[in-house]
Amino acid sequence: MRRVLILAWTEVLHVVRDKATLAQVLLIPFIQLLVLSNAATFEIRNTPLYVVDQDHTSASRGLVTRFAASGDFDIVGASPSPEVANERLLAGDVTMVLTIPHDFERDLVREHAARVQLVVNAEKGMAAGIVQFYASRILARYAAELQPSVGRGTAASIGLETVPRRGAPDLDIRTRAWYNPTLDYRHYMVPGILVALVTLIGTLLTAQNIAREKELGTLEQLNVTPITRGQFIAGKLLPFWVLGMFELGAGLVLGRLVFGVPVVGSPLLLFAVSAVYLVAALGVGLWISTIVETQQQAMFVTFFIMMIYLLMSGLFTPIDSMPRWVQIVAELNPVRHFVAISRAVLVKGATLREIAQPFLVLAVFAAAVFGLAVRQYSKRAA
Amino acid sequence: MTAPNEVAIEARELTRRFGSFTAVDHITFDVRVGEVFGFLGANGAGKTTAIRILTGLLSPTSGTARVAGHDVYTESEWIKRRIGYMSQKFSLYEDLTIAENIRLYGGIYDLSKDAVRDRMSRMLSRLGLEQSAGTQVRALPLGWRQKLAFSVALLHEPSIVFLDEPTSGVDPITRRQFWELIYEAAARGTTVFVTTHYMDEAEYCDRISIMVAGRIGALGTPAELKQQFGVETIDELFVRLARPTAGAA
Amino acid sequence: MSAFAGLLRKEWLHIRRDRRTLLVVIFMPIIQVILFGYAIRTDVSGIRLAVVDPSPDASTLELRNRFAGTDAFRVVRVLPNAGALDPLFASGAIQEAILFDGDFGNKLARGLPARVLVVVDASEPNSGSAMESYAIGVIQSYQRDIATKGGAVTIVPEARMRFNPTRASSNLFVPGLIAFVLTIISALMTAISLTREKETGTMEILLVSPLRPLEIIVGKVLAYLVIGFVSVLLVVAEARLVFAVPLQGSLFLLLAEGLLFILTSLSLGILISSRTSSQRVAMIGALAGTMLPTILLSGFIFPIESMPWPLRLISNAVPAKWFVLIARGIMLKGVGLEYLWPQTLILLAMTVVLVGAATRSFRIRLA
Repeated sequence: MRRVLILAWTEVLHVVRDKATLAQVLLIPFIQLLVLSNAATFEIRNTPLYVVDQDHTSASRGLVTRFAASGDFDIVGASPSPEVANERLLAGDVTMVLTIPHDFERDLVREHAARVQLVVNAEKGMAAGIVQFYASRILARYAAELQPSVGRGTAASIGLETVPRRGAPDLDIRTRAWYNPTLDYRHYMVPGILVALVTLIGTLLTAQNIAREKELGTLEQLNVTPITRGQFIAGKLLPFWVLGMFELGAGLVLGRLVFGVPVVGSPLLLFAVSAVYLVAALGVGLWISTIVETQQQAMFVTFFIMMIYLLMSGLFTPIDSMPRWVQIVAELNPVRHFVAISRAVLVKGATLREIAQPFLVLAVFAAAVFGLAVRQYSKRAA
Repeated sequence: MTAPNEVAIEARELTRRFGSFTAVDHITFDVRVGEVFGFLGANGAGKTTAIRILTGLLSPTSGTARVAGHDVYTESEWIKRRIGYMSQKFSLYEDLTIAENIRLYGGIYDLSKDAVRDRMSRMLSRLGLEQSAGTQVRALPLGWRQKLAFSVALLHEPSIVFLDEPTSGVDPITRRQFWELIYEAAARGTTVFVTTHYMDEAEYCDRISIMVAGRIGALGTPAELKQQFGVETIDELFVRLARPTAGAA
Repeated sequence: MSAFAGLLRKEWLHIRRDRRTLLVVIFMPIIQVILFGYAIRTDVSGIRLAVVDPSPDASTLELRNRFAGTDAFRVVRVLPNAGALDPLFASGAIQEAILFDGDFGNKLARGLPARVLVVVDASEPNSGSAMESYAIGVIQSYQRDIATKGGAVTIVPEARMRFNPTRASSNLFVPGLIAFVLTIISALMTAISLTREKETGTMEILLVSPLRPLEIIVGKVLAYLVIGFVSVLLVVAEARLVFAVPLQGSLFLLLAEGLLFILTSLSLGILISSRTSSQRVAMIGALAGTMLPTILLSGFIFPIESMPWPLRLISNAVPAKWFVLIARGIMLKGVGLEYLWPQTLILLAMTVVLVGAATRSFRIRLA
């Protein structure tokens, strides 16, 4: 045990004396956490909209006004010509083109049903689908607005005939969000980004550290001593584990103070899970160090694995959207489980029973990868 | 041969192959307890590989070897408790202080805090570094570093110490001082197994062996070998063995 | 052979002889594009839905059937009241719930307000809004149908996704994914090249040579250009063959821009490498410094338009952001330099600035 502690202490001295690394390890997670948490959202405001109004009636103008007033859209141009609209789409400075055909008002009055054309610029990626939804919402609201004027005699303002009719169906759609009632995406992203950064740094430091000792030959010096594999690994990993726990804790406090991230569930539970999770993350770093020979290789392999972890963690895109075979691969991703658990505990207030399954998977993964790495680490070359 | 309890290191037909290349080719030799044994050879002759086998860093392909009474195949972890090692590439952690380095190895070898303290102060006063316990190793000149590394290798009072080219790149005066340290250790009963390029250092050893292309080309005391091969210096002997075609007798 | 050509040759030999790294650098992007091309989707399908229907009637059944009838939803529970919802949400058994007002059909028929409450598990706000909008879409189309029958006003949108008529998710993401994968791998290639030389001591040899700092830097960047270009070819081929992403514009232009982009990313790596003598610091800088910012600020997943203005500003400094625009422009829209010249110019300028900064850093470190 003393061997573990003395080795760990030595590691701490190494890191503390390396001012540049120390600064990076302490600053990067928190700076990126503060800055980048604001980036990850799909809510869009002020989408550039181009209007092609071929009707020029009060109905069509009314519709255009609704779009302008919605706050979702910014009307950046209007003309009766579809060619200009097309140019703007090609140039990429317009996300949507609203084309109101020239029978718009007439159709509304006569048939009570009119069509408009929405052309969305798919180059905008995700935004394209979302703004389409915003637009349909505005159209539906406008249509509902036109509704009461029928029967109330204000039809003159938009030219609708007053037709006596029985009460039209009034379907009222309300929405509510379960958990996260303010729908602040940052409550959701902050824990995730924190986990991502701590994992990245922890795994990389572990992998690079041991790879460096291999490169320099200092590892040999330790291999000649009676220190056992287990003691060596524990001594190496302990400081990084402590660092990781500290960063997670400090990051959550920061998240609470700056972003108001809720802590609905038990912090103690979260720390217990974090402890296990870090063993998994560092174990991966350790395993990486056993399969590479140089620091450079350690960097590339860590990168490869981290990318997979991040992009398949459900942090940025939902796991439910992935094809079945990819979801199975994602099951092996410890980040995915930890992100799910931390969100469940922080935002939903989940208890141990509700997170039991992913917690178990994490624990098994940690044991497996750690065990594998220890087995592969040999003090004697074959 | 020599009695078993007087043998510190014993190798019989020790062999190591890497694919089709044989780095160590059926070498057989003994090293007696308390000897200063010089393990010589050209670069690439197999010295470092042999040392790595004897220190438990590399498995042999065939043959046997016993170090400090333990078998290198099955008891390498026991061997490690009884030996010290100073490698070619690395001596001490440069960004740690002298005291921190010593405490690290003291802890690894399970020495008590008191023992570490005692031995540290003895070591530092012997080397004249009492004031420098808190200096980072990188601030020391190379010669001091090497002497210090040797002393640290002896911190846990091993029965055998392996030194891989310990005086490379060091000035002649420091080399002289280094060898004084080696003699002191030998006088205390420590077996010293040292490889070197400096043929004059070979003369300081009790016995030497010369490796050529993985095999042992000569084994004995410097005096015996010079007589046996009819040369004036070990240097000549070395050239004769290592490069049979160059330089006539 | 001039000193510069000699340096190029040396770098090339290093690259060729480190087989492991070479394999990794070439195959990684390929594997990543395939994996992430499939993994990064935001279409939600099979949304686990619970229906709370206190008084089932023809209207509620009709609406329920519409939900059951689409692939987007999977009705996993029908409940008489909302009591059981909480544990279902907490365990993740359901992601969304539709709650009907009591006496729904009657109210509709008589023109009284008939309420439908859509509840989403918003612990995932990003997919939360998508799930909500899908549900509302189903309800709205039902609404339109009954409205037309009853003579109420409807405005029907005809939506067209320009430049992605098939609405394939991969067309949305893959061009951006290419940018992402290429930028990081390129930055990593050069990120430690200078620090490694400093640590092993070979840097001094370079410095004693007639090579000037600028030549050393440019030489190192150019040496990796070939590999980078091979990566570009491979990932573009993948995008076309595996994901059938269209290529409306010029392949030549795409490859040329890809080459430029690699150059920019390599220069970014070299800048990182020039600012420190420690491989560890360069590594952490390269990985931690590029990974998240590129995922989040390049526009490849999250729209830049959604971000607060300071972040929109910062995103302009992320090279990947510009190439995402270029790649999408060429592949999806089929436009050429006449529209893309600003982005191209920016990448060019970035490269020059990065190389210049690296050279300056390099000189300062030596002095």
